[in-house]
Amino acid sequence: MKKTTVTKFLRKFFPYILVIAAFFICQSMIAAGTMPRTTKSLLIPVCVYIVMAVSLNLTVGISGELSLGHAGFMSIGAFTGIVIAAYARQALGVPETVQLLFAIIAGGIMAGIMGVLIGIPVLRLQGDYLAIVTLAFGEIIRNVLNCIYISLDGKVLHFSFNRPDLPGKLLFRGPTGATGVSRIATFTAGFLLVLFTLFVVINLIHSRSGRAIMAIRDNKIAAEACGLDVTKYRMMAFVTSAALAGMGGALFGLNYSTLVPANFSFNASILILVYVVLGGIGNITGSIIAATVLYVLPEELRAFADYRMLVYAVVLIAVMLITNNQSIKNFLETLRERSREKSEKKGGEAA
Amino acid sequence: MTMFLSNLISGISLGSVYAIIALGYTMVYGIAKMLNFAHGDVIMVGAYICFCCLYNLGLPPVVGVLASMAVCTLLGILIERLAYKPLRQATSLAVLITAIGMSYFLQNLAQMIWGANPKSFQTVIPAGNLTLMGGELKISYVSMVTIAASVVVMVALSLFVGRSKMGRAMRCVSEDKGAAQLMGVNVDLTISVTFAIGSALAAIAGVLMCSAYPTLKPTTGAMPGIKAFTAAVFGGIGSIPGAMLGGILLGVIEILGRAYVSSELGDAFVFAVLILVLLIKPTGLLGKKIHEKV
Amino acid sequence: MSETVKRKSDTKMVPFPSRAIVPERDLGKRPVLECSHLGIDFGGLRAVDDFNLTIGKTEIAGLIGPNGAGKTTVFNLLTKVYQPTTGTIMVNGKDTAGMNTVQANKLGLARTFQNIRLFNQMTVEDNVRIGLHNQIPYGMFSGILRLPPYWSGERKQHEKAMDLLSIFHMENLADEKAGSLPYGAQRRLEIVRALATNPSLLLLDEPAAGMNPKETEELMDNIIKIRDQFQIAIMLIEHDMNLVMGICEGICVLNFGKVIAKGTADEIQQNPEVIEAYLGRQREDEE
Repeated sequence: MKKTTVTKFLRKFFPYILVIAAFFICQSMIAAGTMPRTTKSLLIPVCVYIVMAVSLNLTVGISGELSLGHAGFMSIGAFTGIVIAAYARQALGVPETVQLLFAIIAGGIMAGIMGVLIGIPVLRLQGDYLAIVTLAFGEIIRNVLNCIYISLDGKVLHFSFNRPDLPGKLLFRGPTGATGVSRIATFTAGFLLVLFTLFVVINLIHSRSGRAIMAIRDNKIAAEACGLDVTKYRMMAFVTSAALAGMGGALFGLNYSTLVPANFSFNASILILVYVVLGGIGNITGSIIAATVLYVLPEELRAFADYRMLVYAVVLIAVMLITNNQSIKNFLETLRERSREKSEKKGGEAA
Repeated sequence: MTMFLSNLISGISLGSVYAIIALGYTMVYGIAKMLNFAHGDVIMVGAYICFCCLYNLGLPPVVGVLASMAVCTLLGILIERLAYKPLRQATSLAVLITAIGMSYFLQNLAQMIWGANPKSFQTVIPAGNLTLMGGELKISYVSMVTIAASVVVMVALSLFVGRSKMGRAMRCVSEDKGAAQLMGVNVDLTISVTFAIGSALAAIAGVLMCSAYPTLKPTTGAMPGIKAFTAAVFGGIGSIPGAMLGGILLGVIEILGRAYVSSELGDAFVFAVLILVLLIKPTGLLGKKIHEKV
Repeated sequence: MSETVKRKSDTKMVPFPSRAIVPERDLGKRPVLECSHLGIDFGGLRAVDDFNLTIGKTEIAGLIGPNGAGKTTVFNLLTKVYQPTTGTIMVNGKDTAGMNTVQANKLGLARTFQNIRLFNQMTVEDNVRIGLHNQIPYGMFSGILRLPPYWSGERKQHEKAMDLLSIFHMENLADEKAGSLPYGAQRRLEIVRALATNPSLLLLDEPAAGMNPKETEELMDNIIKIRDQFQIAIMLIEHDMNLVMGICEGICVLNFGKVIAKGTADEIQQNPEVIEAYLGRQREDEE
């Protein structure tokens, strides 16, 4: 009995433990100067992609809606974050940490608002139709961003559609995106954002609302018969996921001096989806590990130069084929059954 | 007026290409119930094969087209056997990710073989225009051939699916795989044939597309692939007439949108129309509504 | 009739609360459910036609009929999965016209499904907690931030869920995945989940399907126990005639979408039309 409480506790807090341990290992390596520069430059993007994968897992794994436009929310967060950070620096004159905080919050709010606007039509659809519409929205966001110009003139922000002739300094110029961004993102901020994301997603899953979201995923008709407001809970998952993606995007945007809307294409959405699926649908720890490994792997494979994406593709296909192989699945299932029988026997003897 | 007509014709021409690609998507979806994301990249492979036949081997255009169809057919069957067949029982997401992996694979393989630099594809169709209405309306031969080819493909495919024994097997498998197997239909063969046909069509689409827009690079197939997938959903995925209608409408909307709404927002306009259609008719223009039995 | 008597003696196996004696009820004055002239068309087919039924508080009613008679369609009409083409449905005196499934549930209708619909990926306890969703509420932010409403709500949900599971002695299965339960247990869990929504009328769609005779016996006891304990009305669709004749106080027979007979078990068993349409054939089958 005591053992199960310990394992339960471990299972529940494992994602946190994992992330905190990884953070301290990285920090001590940086302090000791043993971390290569290339690896160091990957730390912030890895944090961002963990946030992206965990938040997408909320939509795909927990709510069961296949979303192919997650990078769209990321881009909204990124460019909102860049603009707000610049505004906070110039107009408000606050220190960098506060700029970053404002940027992340603003990115989350803007992406959340877009999540509501997009969710209203999208969540009326189901299955592949929902998937294609999220894809469509991702592309629309990128297309529209290509036409937006934002400038900062003293303390006033100017917006225009397709007209670059704005007063003041241009912060964002359509297809050429944002240039000269001050890189204020830090690894610690990334780490805290990952913890925040885990806190929100895990606590949401293990609460009344989270159960409602999962019930709707498992069986919509039965959920309705139990008196659950299907639209409300699907929306809750979708918007939370979008807002978290926006926050991750804001951090991402402030990690590079130049950022263009083309960075957030359909392929970026797919990349995040791959993390989620390979990490295990609905498995938060899996998303964290998959995002880290799959982001770092191609970067570290640069030694293979031309072959690296080819290797990546082959690995991707191989992993899917192996994990879905029926005989391997059966084998694992028998192993699991056996261990369960054993523990049950023990439990029975103890009782 | 002539401006509008000329836009309309180039829209139909582009839409015909989308329609041919969308047919591949929709047939595979109808039968294997999977979104074959690698389909767009088969188009690219088809175009490269044709390119090689014409430039490196100096073969006549017709041979180039036939060779690219043959290679793509084989490629389609190979992809299905190696990557998708082991996943028949797996979740649709697993198959989707595998298809994405296959798409990456084809793109990167093409990049290794042919390089990342764009190749300029010389059209297989004689350049030139048909001049109508006293020189005001010009229709390029490429557009005419594209439209004609798509009509031929559609008629042939309709006859094949509607009349032939294999076509009947396809319709049967798409409705109920298990029952089809019990009735003695060779399900594996039927699925292979579907992939073969879809990929051969992709090769045709690749050659036609690159004749009209002559830049060829490893990612050439990606965007038309997505657009054609959109077209298939637009018309009602799984429905062959739906794919034709969806493809042509999408091409027309895209060209007219670029011409009359905003040249930058052409794609956004296409996707916005798609969303509107799905909101009004959630299963696409010609899709069947499926009731879940309670 | 002998069947009924036998059942009532059997119920002693399960300890009953003291009010277990069939309570007095006034069917006419405050019915839980009143359907009048209910009908629905599917395309050209009249699936249910002129369906009239009144169910009183704490009544156990049976809906029987051959396959395809429209029994499940009646349930779907009551729970607003389909909107009726004609007629009205009153639940606890309120007209349900224009309502959806969720509103019908909040008004007091809960159901199980012929083809079991559990939340398969979730645990048994969580399935019941979904039933309690609207009974013991707290908000999303309380849940994420772990505010006091979360802790008290979770505790109450857990206690209530365990309480409900104990009806079928399923407390020890609380942490199992619902999808991995055996068939009979899944059916029982569905009943518990429906009960958790605090209904005044519980609709059971073939609750004994796939159960062995012993399980069916237990189920009959439990249905009566549930009615007595929760003071609710129960309407069930069932092909097991022992169950229907054993526990249903009123039975309604449906054939080709039309009601061909209504009455007590005895009346139904002697009705020539029913025998011809349904029971007659059944007897031949059994021989």
